[in-house]
Amino acid sequence: MSKVFIALQANEETRPVIEAIEADNPHAVVNREPAMVKIDAEHMLTINRESIEELMGRPYDLQELQINLITLSGNMDEDEDSLTLTWNE
Amino acid sequence: MTFTSTKEYVGVPRDSVEHFRGEQLVYIAWHQHLLFAAPFMLCVPPQMTFGDLVHGPLTMLIGPDPDAAAVDWDTVVWTKGGKPFSPDPAKSLAENGIDHKSWLRFETAGLNSLCGV
Amino acid sequence: MTTTAANSGTTAKTPTAKSGAPGAKLNMKDRYRVMTRDLGWEPTYQSREAIYPYVEYEGIKVHDWDAWEDPFRLTMDAYWKFQAEKERKFYAIVDAHAQNNGHLHITDGRYLSALKIFLQAISPGEYAAHRGFARAGREFAGVGTQVACQMQAIDEIRHAQTQVHALSNYNKFYDGFHAFADARDRMWYTSVPRSFFDDAMSAGPFEFMIAIGFSFEYVLTNLLFVPFMSGAAYNGDLATVTFGFSAQSDEARHMTLGLECIKFMLEQDPDNLPIVQAWIDKWFWRGFRVLGLVSTMMDYMLPKRVMSWREAWNIYGIENGTALFRDLARYGIKPPKGWDDAEQAIDHMSHQFMLAFHQWNFGTSFHTWVPSDEDMDWLSEKYPTTFDRYYRPRWEHIKKLEAAGTPFKNVGLAQLCQTCQLPCVFTEPGDPTTLCHREVEYKGEHYHFCSDGCQDVFDNEPEKFIQSWLPMPHLFQEDLAGSVPDWMQWVGLINDTDNGEYVGSGDEQNFTAWRRQTTSNS
Repeated sequence: MSKVFIALQANEETRPVIEAIEADNPHAVVNREPAMVKIDAEHMLTINRESIEELMGRPYDLQELQINLITLSGNMDEDEDSLTLTWNE
Repeated sequence: MTFTSTKEYVGVPRDSVEHFRGEQLVYIAWHQHLLFAAPFMLCVPPQMTFGDLVHGPLTMLIGPDPDAAAVDWDTVVWTKGGKPFSPDPAKSLAENGIDHKSWLRFETAGLNSLCGV
Repeated sequence: MTTTAANSGTTAKTPTAKSGAPGAKLNMKDRYRVMTRDLGWEPTYQSREAIYPYVEYEGIKVHDWDAWEDPFRLTMDAYWKFQAEKERKFYAIVDAHAQNNGHLHITDGRYLSALKIFLQAISPGEYAAHRGFARAGREFAGVGTQVACQMQAIDEIRHAQTQVHALSNYNKFYDGFHAFADARDRMWYTSVPRSFFDDAMSAGPFEFMIAIGFSFEYVLTNLLFVPFMSGAAYNGDLATVTFGFSAQSDEARHMTLGLECIKFMLEQDPDNLPIVQAWIDKWFWRGFRVLGLVSTMMDYMLPKRVMSWREAWNIYGIENGTALFRDLARYGIKPPKGWDDAEQAIDHMSHQFMLAFHQWNFGTSFHTWVPSDEDMDWLSEKYPTTFDRYYRPRWEHIKKLEAAGTPFKNVGLAQLCQTCQLPCVFTEPGDPTTLCHREVEYKGEHYHFCSDGCQDVFDNEPEKFIQSWLPMPHLFQEDLAGSVPDWMQWVGLINDTDNGEYVGSGDEQNFTAWRRQTTSNS
């Protein structure tokens, strides 16, 4: 099974996002590197809007992720509630 | 595979010999002597003798290698375009069949101070 | 939701997105449809063939352009909003960098060489990509594709501009930054990315997308931007971290576009598979050669290193690339032909390249140096099977010649590869002691190559590649006639200032003196 990943800038805006990803994806591995955080996960990773909103305490538009996104790997699908990355094999 | 294009397409080479003011390019590599990162590119007249090329610019260029002083030009083994080659030092490059952008390599068996052979 | 109905009123005062129940917001999928697909139209007085004359000649068959979908579902209105936010953040930090002596906060003046290579070789590539995507956006026949290409065209020019702006602060203080635009077109080590982009831009729109969108963006840019950006942060370079981040936030979208494009082609028609595979083979190898420049930055030019080139390749090349090609296997796609040769080259290429830069540093608009003992020990540790055996002896010999006052300069110019245009510094797969040489005869001329990968590219398109403008042979042609001073003037290189050894350079002297001033009043 292949790993998908997403990397985000390490800053105040992404802190709750990363926390939400960790909580929603127990199989994910969070790597903290200089100025960035790279999250690896076997097969699939899901980012949920509601989990982020709960931690931020405000409405969150998932497309705001674009501002702090560094890179990703995997087939992507996004709607207003979630963003998923998957590999088919 | 032929070139995919919307109509017939013919390229013109940028490095053909007529651009070199009567001279030509010759490439020379010293086998297993990689202090010199790539084969040398020399621009010389085709009338130059092979001996003058070797004892002039080539000897000067290989000087920094610790094996340079030990090279015996009478016994080095030459190839041209990857095939065995026996140049005559008294004859010109043209007479030796060394044309524009020919690729020469010489081997000096037993000399390999720096290359991790 | 019917957009036509909403707009069919006499004055059309009601904006489409607000139709329906008061306050109702379109969901993302509907908004994407309305703001992309619904902006297209069927032509009436011109044929589609006349409007899109380049979509068919490459042989790619498309049956349904609407099958193209951007998985980010980004629409132009949201695009402007987020890009404006990125620009505000960027310029606030770049101003702060300039106002707070940012040029003195880097770990060491040697680090500047990596920035100079970046500005000379990579930033102009961003501009070339801008032009390429502007063209591709015009030539593709589907609206989703056009919108995505338009966004990427704007992204790429933004990257070129923000990089030039960020690095312009260094140009006020240090040498070698001033002539990057001339260097891009004329310098021997920058003709490598130049030829890469010229090749892509003179191909059809689909090949362009594979070249830049897929091979470069998806398969390879992680290796360039992610460790480099982290490296900039490690080395105290606030300006570069900022442009890197700002650009990289767009790259994730570009990678997604590249992957979507390849899946789109493969899903449209089985006949597309062999064409796509041939492009993957070609462009993986061309991109891999361009990235050779980056290997030297990571292993040799960062005073404080995040990871070695080999470690970066393990993560972003092997792990990520393997996952990608395993996924694409369902369409019949195989890993690129040069994959195994690339893997073998990883433990050698940064050393081969850096030794080359150092011996020809009279012709580089950046400084080089012999690695310190500590740096060599780090390289031994990172490259246990290659560095001590093959490369340390050469560096030690060069160090000895320098100590003796007879520094090694290779005054013989280098043979270049007809395809990638790099000096032929690479060794045979399986034999690191022998330079790799490939040669073909075509229409009575000899052509030389650094590798099987580069020869394959030529063999498939000889009429294109016999036209390569090779910078080293050009030095001996009519206009420069072998004159090195004339060449330096022509490429914008100031001798004894921009080039040569770091130790003793103006950059070293200034960096040291100015740094001392930051902690004293004398």
